[in-house]
Amino acid sequence: MSYSITEPSNRQKWIAGGLVIAYAILTLLPLAWIIATGFKTPADAIAYPPKVLFTPSLEGYVNLFTSRSRVTPEDLAALGPPTTWYDEIVRQYGMVITGASRYGERFLNSVIIGFGSTFLSVFLGTIAAYAFSRFKVPLKDDLLFFILSTRMMPPIAVAIPIFLMYRQLGLSDTHLGMILLYTAVNLSLSVWLLKGFIDEIPIEYEEAALIDGYTRFQAFYKVVLPQAATGIASTAIFCLIFAWNEYAFAVLLTSGTAQTAPPFIPTIIGAGGKDWPAVAAGATLFLLPIMVFTILLRKHLLRGITFGAVRK
Amino acid sequence: MAQIVIKNLRKEFGAFTAVQSSSFTIEDGEFFMLLGPSGCGKTTTLRMIAGLELPTAGEIYIDGAEVSQKPASQRDIAFVFQMFALYPHMNVRKNISYPLVSQGMKRDQVRAKVNEVAEILGITSILEKPVGGLSGGDRQRVALGRAIVRDPACFLMDEPLGALDAEFREHMALELRALHDRMRATTVYVTHDQLEAMQMGDKIVVMNHGVVEQFGRPQEIYDWPATTFVARFIGSPAMNLLNFDGMVGNGSAEVTLSDAPIKIPPMISGASGPLTLGVRPEHIRLDDSAPLKARIKAAEYLGTTQIITLDTPHGPVKARIASDQPATIGDTTGLAFDARSITLFDSTGHALISEANQKVLSHG
Repeated sequence: MSYSITEPSNRQKWIAGGLVIAYAILTLLPLAWIIATGFKTPADAIAYPPKVLFTPSLEGYVNLFTSRSRVTPEDLAALGPPTTWYDEIVRQYGMVITGASRYGERFLNSVIIGFGSTFLSVFLGTIAAYAFSRFKVPLKDDLLFFILSTRMMPPIAVAIPIFLMYRQLGLSDTHLGMILLYTAVNLSLSVWLLKGFIDEIPIEYEEAALIDGYTRFQAFYKVVLPQAATGIASTAIFCLIFAWNEYAFAVLLTSGTAQTAPPFIPTIIGAGGKDWPAVAAGATLFLLPIMVFTILLRKHLLRGITFGAVRK
Repeated sequence: MAQIVIKNLRKEFGAFTAVQSSSFTIEDGEFFMLLGPSGCGKTTTLRMIAGLELPTAGEIYIDGAEVSQKPASQRDIAFVFQMFALYPHMNVRKNISYPLVSQGMKRDQVRAKVNEVAEILGITSILEKPVGGLSGGDRQRVALGRAIVRDPACFLMDEPLGALDAEFREHMALELRALHDRMRATTVYVTHDQLEAMQMGDKIVVMNHGVVEQFGRPQEIYDWPATTFVARFIGSPAMNLLNFDGMVGNGSAEVTLSDAPIKIPPMISGASGPLTLGVRPEHIRLDDSAPLKARIKAAEYLGTTQIITLDTPHGPVKARIASDQPATIGDTTGLAFDARSITLFDSTGHALISEANQKVLSHG
């Protein structure tokens, strides 16, 4: 069997383009829905048929970031005119702002735990992958298989042992505990991905550096790392996406100080009626960091995602 | 500038022995070729001289100092890799500067030195370019630049022309040799190409299966191979090897193949049993009156000469004769050998010492 590469015909291009657009609409529609809902009033959010055109409102975002309390109309009148635009929104419903909500700290927890575990997974993954790639490690194949085997069942299958272990060790509901947990889950992926990338870097570069008078570590740091940047960036994205979106362990192991945004967002619903715009606003903001991170690294990601299959 | 002495060098990879007790000396300023087929241990030997592999046993002296267990960076050598190994994330200037930066040389000094090297190699115009877009030849020049910029004690090159196109290889080979003649630095060069080795080398070591088969000047190796392996490996077409049963002793000057007497250089050592007679294609004449008969099987026209393949009772023979000499396929003719250039090999494949090859083979 032989294949030749020919320029696709115009019709083929149209069909391919159509499919891509259809798929893009399919995946982007829920996202558009969530973003739009975040800017609706609660009434618009549950309107039937759904409102496509609506007057945007920041109510969802105000509710997301504040905690509020209902007061009697007399008390409200006694407070005098609202001083800020968000006061004004809240008072339409006969409420006053009593303080900031927990969303900010939960979001910050997500950032600390997500980026912390990503950094740790990629850092440990890189040095482990380098060792596996370059040195004669005893039982190398068995060790690599063992590392891979930690991925062979869904992590949540070991939720109960981890829950008990964390309670004993005092790691429950701590940042360190969550960082370690996500690192443990991501490490096998990062070692395997990065080993592939480092294997692709010819060893001659390091040998040249060794002869040019650099130490092994300098050769690694100055020659291998820049070469592996693509692989490191794409590995980091994979690790971050997992740690950022992880829900089940976060529900199970965190409740207060170290709670991340995913388990927190659903709890907004319960606070005073079904506040869908606030939930949607929380989800929208939660998407942003991953989006920014991915866009920043997208050049690397596109190249990296081929897993170094094509020689540069 | 340095002399390199290799003494009983040995390298094992687990159960596999890559290099078996090699010994040879590379004189100061020599262009020295390590020649052999792939897997013969030539690259391993080079890497041990470089310090990229540590020997299992044996010693390496560079300029009198034993370095076999020292790291590469302390040996004052430069290495040119087959795939060039230019740092892809740096431009040409940075690549060439790199070894100097590691020594902590001052920036303007580095700059001057790099400019000087670029001048020698004719790459001044591409100094600021990234290495990614360079042609094979330019990459090769940059790799050489990175090697010579440091004025090392010696250069080690691992098939540096292997990645180039055939036509360009020729050109680079000349350039490399000219560069060497100008700098006069000891150079150790690994290749599997016997023509390249003959063309460029002052001295050649021929290796096979981790063993040094022969060590000498190109012409010595070509004329007086020490083993049947060298006889087959060097020359195109290779030396003819005719197997026969016979006996030679000290002073013998004749052997008999299929009842035909053949003159050989007077022997100093002797042997009996299965022997091999080696003769270069250009030392064979087609002569109907010669007693050793052969049938012409094929003729390849090469311009001024032609290669005639003949069948003999002792195996096929190739003869290089003038192209205007008639040779009809299917005809039977006689083979006459130039008696002065015949080598006899014993049953183990080692050359027997004669008055002709005595000088060449006794020093190795």
